[in-house]
Amino acid sequence: MAYEPLLTRNIHKPGSETLEGYLASGGYQGLRRVLKEFTPEKFVEEVKAAGLRGRGGAGFPTGMKWGFLPKGKEKPRYLCINADESEPGTFKDRLLIEKDPHLVLEGIIAAAYAIECHQAFFYIRGEFHQGYRTFEKAIAEARARGFLGKNILGSGFDLEVLVYRGAGAYICGEETALLESLEGKRGYPRIKPPFPAIVGLYGCPTIINNVETLANVTLIAERGAAWYAGIGRPKNTGPKLFCLSGHVKRPGIFEAPLGIPFLELLNEHAGGMAHPSRPLKAAVPGGSSMKILPASKCDVLMDFDSLAAAGTSLGSAGGIVMDTSVCIVGALLNVARFYAHESCGQCTPCREGTGWLVKILARLERGDGRPEDVDRLADIAFRIEGNTVCPFGEAIAWPVDSYVKAFRAEFEDHAGRRQACTMRAGA
Amino acid sequence: MSLPVRPETDRRIDDLLARFPQKGSALLPALYMIQEETGWVSEASMEYVAGKIGLSPAFVSGVVSFYTMFHRRPPGRHHVQICRTLPCALRGADALMAHAAKRLGVKDGQTRPDGAYSLASVECLGACDRAPFMQINDREFGPVDPAAFDDILKRQE
Repeated sequence: MAYEPLLTRNIHKPGSETLEGYLASGGYQGLRRVLKEFTPEKFVEEVKAAGLRGRGGAGFPTGMKWGFLPKGKEKPRYLCINADESEPGTFKDRLLIEKDPHLVLEGIIAAAYAIECHQAFFYIRGEFHQGYRTFEKAIAEARARGFLGKNILGSGFDLEVLVYRGAGAYICGEETALLESLEGKRGYPRIKPPFPAIVGLYGCPTIINNVETLANVTLIAERGAAWYAGIGRPKNTGPKLFCLSGHVKRPGIFEAPLGIPFLELLNEHAGGMAHPSRPLKAAVPGGSSMKILPASKCDVLMDFDSLAAAGTSLGSAGGIVMDTSVCIVGALLNVARFYAHESCGQCTPCREGTGWLVKILARLERGDGRPEDVDRLADIAFRIEGNTVCPFGEAIAWPVDSYVKAFRAEFEDHAGRRQACTMRAGA
Repeated sequence: MSLPVRPETDRRIDDLLARFPQKGSALLPALYMIQEETGWVSEASMEYVAGKIGLSPAFVSGVVSFYTMFHRRPPGRHHVQICRTLPCALRGADALMAHAAKRLGVKDGQTRPDGAYSLASVECLGACDRAPFMQINDREFGPVDPAAFDDILKRQE
């Protein structure tokens, strides 16, 4: 049976980004159902039963996260929506924000109802100018029709959503850096614990959820946990947006149930490799911070647990595909340069280590390498991992460690060269 | 001291202060308002916004320098940003950058003396399906090869 798109069911319809278009497609029926048939606690249980895992990168169960909020209500609770999509290779939240903002907004309202929060903040990356305008408009439309504001749909539940623009810092996609930024500060990640569910925005209990996660909440609101849990694989339930970029024929976003084979995504959805004479060399399944898979190991299923078993991660499902024209040392230099540029500078191992990685990789590419450089790369990665406040350390350590392990001969060959590498990461 | 912004912008910043549970949150949106009006964030405007929110100018300067989207110098009227991160690099970002620098007559990170164009290579813009990707001010273009770049440029003036 052909798979019916759920998250992308509206995006090709004209006016999909408007409230009229969304209502014409049956929108906001899920929210009506939740407000009428569920208490907040019961909807938290529903999301737990659906098995929804966060779509931002870590794959943490969403209902369980909501359940970490303290019982008391002395302080206000906040919901922050992480729309700071910045992981290289990832562009799925942008699609939902620009083409179906009400699908996301409906999930936001249902989630806020479940966690009994009355103020949500939509933190969108600064570069998403179109998304910012579209989402502001969606909020205004929803407010005018009683889906936001006081006494939503006569339920007695109140909610306001404010859009907050980031300003060009990758690190603000890390949830505690996002909170700092939202408080008007430099985006330095906070030490955990305390976790944001206990001490978050303005020191109050806070839940941070990804855009795609909240679109999935809308689906659960519409059709229930039992139906939702039947999509995908055990413990890896629901539909997923997969991005594929790099050397594929049709780069894009493809919706499929969690657990679709990577090779099916590549060959059927993305049309296979871009150049017939240049086969697959390697792929990163989950955004540039996840571990690389050489072509021989790309026969994997795209879900949280299958990719963990394969030694990498689903991450943000931003798949980057490289063919045999790519110099793997040059590709890693590009990735390291990104992380050196985006390191917030708070922790010494990350701030200094990313710079050293760039220096060493650049000299390997120039033909100035030293015999000890290959081991030194792995050693620096080892000394960053686990020694930083936030997972940014892992985000650079994992690519370095995995590129060197999978392609060690290529790195050693570079270390012995006395002239610049002529292969490019480029087309 | 005269206001570095129009009185209307000053009032809009006052409105911002009331919108958030803590007024520190008004800083980023206020900086955007200033930049929208004046094109960049000068030291005088940092002092001004610090005074509005009740922060030290040094704190505001620290925030401004953390975020790449706040310009501490006036950019060109057309600010061209070309993504250089891996997915764009795999599809010809380097060639696009070299072409753009030659065509515009400026180097990466510089503004042309006539103030018409500035050029910057930037990290991932989150549009890897349209690689190689670029932005001019708040408009998006991709995929852009050198011929497409020339066409886009013709339509700018």
